[in-house]
Amino acid sequence: MKKNFLISVLMTVVTTALLGLIYPLMVTALAQLFFRDKANGQLVQRNGTLVASRIIAQPFVGAGYFHPRPSAAGNGYDATSSGGTNLGPTNQKLIDRVNADVASAQAENPGKLVPVDLVTTSASGLDPDITPASAEFQVPRIAKARGLSEEAVRALVAQHTQGRQWGFFGEPRVNVLELNLSLDSTSR
Amino acid sequence: MTVNGWLQIIVYLAVILAVTKPMGVFMARVFNRERTFLDPVLRPIERLLYRLTLVDEEHEMRWTEYGFAMLLFSCVSMLMLYLIERTQQILPWNPQKFAAVAPDLAFNTAASFTTNTNWQNYSGEATMSYLTQMVGLAYHNFASAAVGIVLAIAFIRGIARREKETIGNFWVDLTRTTLWVLLPACIVYALILVSQGVVQNLRPYDTVKLVEPQQVQKVADGKPVVGPDGKPVMDTVTDQVIAQGPVASQEAIKMLGTNGGGFFNANSAHPFENPTPLSNYLQMISIFVIPAGLTYTLGRMTGSQRHGWAVWAAMAILFAAGVTTAYWAEARGNPLLKGVDQHASLMQSGGNMEGKEVRFGIADSTLFATITTDASCGAINGWHDSYTPLGGMVPLANIMLSETVFGGVGAGMYGILIYVVLSVFIAGLMVGRTPEYLGKKIEAYDVKMAMLVTLVFPLVILVLAGISSVKGFGTSSISNAGPHGLTQILYAFTSMAGNNGSAFGGLNGNTPWYNIAGGATMLIGRFFMILPMLAIAGNLAKKKYVPPSLGTFPVTTPLFSVLLVGVIVIVGALTFFPALSLGPILEHLLMQAGKTF
Repeated sequence: MKKNFLISVLMTVVTTALLGLIYPLMVTALAQLFFRDKANGQLVQRNGTLVASRIIAQPFVGAGYFHPRPSAAGNGYDATSSGGTNLGPTNQKLIDRVNADVASAQAENPGKLVPVDLVTTSASGLDPDITPASAEFQVPRIAKARGLSEEAVRALVAQHTQGRQWGFFGEPRVNVLELNLSLDSTSR
Repeated sequence: MTVNGWLQIIVYLAVILAVTKPMGVFMARVFNRERTFLDPVLRPIERLLYRLTLVDEEHEMRWTEYGFAMLLFSCVSMLMLYLIERTQQILPWNPQKFAAVAPDLAFNTAASFTTNTNWQNYSGEATMSYLTQMVGLAYHNFASAAVGIVLAIAFIRGIARREKETIGNFWVDLTRTTLWVLLPACIVYALILVSQGVVQNLRPYDTVKLVEPQQVQKVADGKPVVGPDGKPVMDTVTDQVIAQGPVASQEAIKMLGTNGGGFFNANSAHPFENPTPLSNYLQMISIFVIPAGLTYTLGRMTGSQRHGWAVWAAMAILFAAGVTTAYWAEARGNPLLKGVDQHASLMQSGGNMEGKEVRFGIADSTLFATITTDASCGAINGWHDSYTPLGGMVPLANIMLSETVFGGVGAGMYGILIYVVLSVFIAGLMVGRTPEYLGKKIEAYDVKMAMLVTLVFPLVILVLAGISSVKGFGTSSISNAGPHGLTQILYAFTSMAGNNGSAFGGLNGNTPWYNIAGGATMLIGRFFMILPMLAIAGNLAKKKYVPPSLGTFPVTTPLFSVLLVGVIVIVGALTFFPALSLGPILEHLLMQAGKTF
């Protein structure tokens, strides 16, 4: 009895040192050595300032930018407060919000059905991607706002469309931030 | 639904089938203390650990001592986590200067991580320091997973041993699980995750200048500010602060140990925890790899390999039923949304995308939701609360079946062995003979203990969910009105009693009632299951071997798998169907009729 009590204390202390300190610090060292950029969050610089993480969504509302999915992280796109709305499928608040977003999206594309991901909040609130369908839906607006041809914008979208990983896993997607940065560099 | 979606699901099951044997053989060798290829490195570390902790590795324990050591270890390590949470403001590695965690929340979290539940009433990136995450939370991901595995092994020894008083040494089993099964795999796995984009650093949160500054409504004291003219007052936000941390090392054990507690609030939906479809697929595989392997270990250690596969088959049947239902329900989308394209095409996966991520789409989200609740993992890559009623019922029902479909590491194995005992008992009643299980007579004592396990679980869930759904302190946490609100409460207590940890996240669990009742539920759900289970193990170990005769019901056939599935489903359905019909089933019918709340 007494011995087991002593062991339980010693075991907690020793394994904490091994699993709580040595293990994560070792992984940190190896990660920083071999995958420095990935381990630090793939931060993106433009003109010498940090402007984003490549895989964290940020807000875009201007007509000349592709818009990301709606976000429920904090006040919107708050990367210290990830999360979703957790609205249930029969919640009137969900229906009202989607209806409002559909109305404003359809104002630019009358009569067209809006791709579902463009009017639903993501799980993290930081989803960096939209579907190719949502990108295509926004092409006419961007082309008009930037004075580009729709073909030129479409070509840019195609450049930034990632297929399924290894041709099999997940779903095709378009990284909104990368697409918008390359829009900025092609037409200012 | 798409062809690719189905293929991803089928390939997943094929991968699990392929890893079952190698994993099972390896674990059997580890626990039989035979040589493995890792011995040259690990054996010296093992010996050193025993010297430091005064463990006598030749000592064998009866089930009572084994259980007592397990309780002591859980108790001491839980207390340590509580202390770390309460003092994190004065400890190092707290770059965001987070304050001490409140007492009721700290208790709930300590209970949650000690019991392998990982129910989270806090938001990781806004509450826990890096030190608390590493030394407190990730440590318990290892410890609670190891405890689960060693208990399953103890139970298997109980079945396998003949006329023995003892079932192994808790400390030795714990050490060997950690060193051989969990730690080496986690080091490799964590680095693979980093290569996909999971972050791993100790730096303070980064601030970036937004490409396009954002207008948001001003918030004061948690409430949106409205000007005298009734219009919202707006603020311009030019920065985005990006949370960082030692995520990959925690993510690896979070999945492999079926813990499920996210570093960030959004868990495996967060791009820093689960950045690519490949990382997502690996996370799903790592949930099932140990539980599936344990079915083979069961067969090997009891000398009946076909029994191990019969159990595996029963699990696979229930898994397939769950994932098919969830995928179908979510791919159909939400009929209440108008003007929205929810059809799957080459350009999008369609379906109900509220609370899901584009890179996972519907197939990988529903597959993840099924796996995480089949096992007692509880990680999520999309919010179950926003699933369609039937899609969200699948995770709930999975937990209600006691997470025996592969199940949590170890917990799934001893969970399904309880059902095996019941199945054998029922088969014995049907043919009118004393039931036998792998040469051991199953007698009144064993069945009583098995029933105790089976009854405590729904008792806790239904009583506490019942109280919460009629009392103000319970209902005030609901965020979705109508039948969905009942489902939120039901899901919370089911998840906590089942030590799952996933949630219908809209329910505000950070209240004194849910923190304390929930903490107690998790402790009961863990330890009140374990003690009767160990009692059966100890009792079986003492018994004489009875050679099988013509009247013995074979536990190695497809018929047995079907009977086992039947017992699990019938016990679950009899217990929970009334509650389910008032929650998700009613909501489904109302949704079809166009009703909103």
